[in-house]
Amino acid sequence: MTYLLYVFLLGFLLTAVIGFLASWFDRKLTARLQYRIGPPLLQPLYDFLKLLEKETLIPKASSQFTFVSAPLVGLISAITVSAILWASNMDPQKTFIGDLIVVIYLFLVPSISIVLGGFASGNPLASLGASRELKLLLSYELPFILAILVAVIKSDFSLRLGEILLAQAKNGMVAVSWSGGLAMLIAVICMQGKLALVPFDTPEAETEIAHGVMIEYSGALLAAYHLMKNMMLFALPFFIIIVYLGGLKVKGLPLLYGMLEYVGLVAFLTLIRNTNPRFRTEQVLKFFWGPVTMLAAVAVGLALGDY
Amino acid sequence: MAKTIIPIGPYHPLQEEPEFFILTVEGETVVDIDLRIGYNHRGIEKLCEQQTYDQVTFVVERVCGICSTSHPFAYTQAVEDILSIEAPPRAQYIRTIIAEGERLHSHLLWLGLAGHFLGYNTIFMWAWKLREEILDVMEILSGNRNNYAMFKVGGVLRDIKKEDIPTVQKKVDSIVPTLKKLRSAVMDDPVLHARTKGIGVLSREAAIDYCAVGPTARASGVARDIRKNSPYGVYDQVDWNMVVTENGDVFDKVLVRLGEMFESVKIITACLSQLPEGEIDCHITEVPPGEGIGHIEAPRGECFHYVRSDGTNRPERHKIRAPTFMNLPTFKKTVIGGKIPDTVITLAAIDPCYCCTERMTVQDLKGQKLYTGEDLIRLSQEKTDQIIAEMRR
Repeated sequence: MTYLLYVFLLGFLLTAVIGFLASWFDRKLTARLQYRIGPPLLQPLYDFLKLLEKETLIPKASSQFTFVSAPLVGLISAITVSAILWASNMDPQKTFIGDLIVVIYLFLVPSISIVLGGFASGNPLASLGASRELKLLLSYELPFILAILVAVIKSDFSLRLGEILLAQAKNGMVAVSWSGGLAMLIAVICMQGKLALVPFDTPEAETEIAHGVMIEYSGALLAAYHLMKNMMLFALPFFIIIVYLGGLKVKGLPLLYGMLEYVGLVAFLTLIRNTNPRFRTEQVLKFFWGPVTMLAAVAVGLALGDY
Repeated sequence: MAKTIIPIGPYHPLQEEPEFFILTVEGETVVDIDLRIGYNHRGIEKLCEQQTYDQVTFVVERVCGICSTSHPFAYTQAVEDILSIEAPPRAQYIRTIIAEGERLHSHLLWLGLAGHFLGYNTIFMWAWKLREEILDVMEILSGNRNNYAMFKVGGVLRDIKKEDIPTVQKKVDSIVPTLKKLRSAVMDDPVLHARTKGIGVLSREAAIDYCAVGPTARASGVARDIRKNSPYGVYDQVDWNMVVTENGDVFDKVLVRLGEMFESVKIITACLSQLPEGEIDCHITEVPPGEGIGHIEAPRGECFHYVRSDGTNRPERHKIRAPTFMNLPTFKKTVIGGKIPDTVITLAAIDPCYCCTERMTVQDLKGQKLYTGEDLIRLSQEKTDQIIAEMRR
């Protein structure tokens, strides 16, 4: 029963609903920044349902099994990671040791599924997009893990999300310290990369490679990708809230704070994506491996020095 | 490393028009580019030879939806060259105002698109919002937002009303603060610098060799502007500066166009205040045999029209050379050696307008021409008949 609750109700349904809402918020805010009116509240849902009704084309040149399974693998891992996050958030005592590592892995899978799908579709623009996604992945992963390491150090070298939460409940949020604040900033920037939003949207880059990896996807498979992306738009900020901001408390006033934190994070992502042009591929690599990794290393050093 | 072909086009979200770039790439580096146009050929020149002199003005207005004043302007100049007359002063002023309004909206349109190509959609929306103001001005002046129908041989069709001038002036002034904001958004953005500086460089020598025109040439330090070099309209009677920069990269092309927008505002303001009283048309009745040329500075560069008259009421030959035709070959210099992500903005940096540029010939493999103009017309009529017959069925 608890598994059903976490995996289906929280991991899938609630995450999808919040993901759609976040997607709407992102589009609406973007529209207002650009003197446009923006879509109605349910537009992301309409888009999703419309895609489900559309014909799903599978290109002859593609490697069909991988092409079809890639979006599903991505979607399933997004559901799994949300379920684990919800479970740790609701009941910090009960989670298993090393779930942080599992979560980091699972956050990788959606990106890898995009790479697989892109290479499998047999389209030159898609494989270009896939190779860019791969480069993007290599770029942000190192600083992202370093940034998470700060939270691990802060909670006495624990690799369990529950213990990170409990440590924060005892000592205050990780983000309030120097190292924690810096690490959170880095994690947010890496999140921008993980979500492939401008300035890091090189794998899709509509005007360069015509949506790259997504170019051959249509109908239900594209819908699965969109759902996955919307769910990641919830799961990633939620992860950051758990690791740096003491988690989401599900009752009373703290719930409101938690929601505000989440909305604030999404708004920040939207602002960044609307005030920057797209980086080039090698500029992304230089940016993440240069200043961002440096800062992440500094944050780890500060955390070790107990700042 | 293996060479791959990356197609951009014939239908690609980068471009509003059908054209086909074939990029040969090694990894992400472009090693060769080939270009195919002709997907949208409409036979305008041939069409012009079947219309009267007054009708041709409206046909050439539809060569391009953005340069919808440049082509009539150059065409009327060509016919006036045959007639050896000049339009009355008031008409010249009105023509200049309309031409500069067109330059403003065209440059804003390009700036927005350039932002879009770089993934900077906020600039795209801001620039197009600002462009609406200009389109409003054009609507007040001409009654139309895009195809103004203001020109005729020997003058203009529509006068500017005295009571409209303050409104127009106010609207034109109102865009200056936003334009400054837009300029600082472009100048201060480090990511934008990283994406456009040193990208798609067209050296001064290459610009001269390839006969680049307009902002493309001026960004490479070639001080070439028909409005200064061979003044027409009233460009020699108002005070303005030619904007020239040295580096020839995409960033400089942005700078040139931004600078020109401020100059355009200056020119419109001066023209509105100096607007003389008088006739707007010198009532032409006949065009004698002869030939004439008209060339003007369109937003994208020199637009050239040649008209030959045989004394009848329609041109015997009408030749159009739009600026993009001269700027397209510069891709050989600017794109090759660059990266794929840079190709997009480099292709866009000349502000290409393919429908103006469309040419077509049908050749066999030895380069022998297979069809003449008459053959093509016959083919197209047969095709039309065939389609009509199919639709009736």
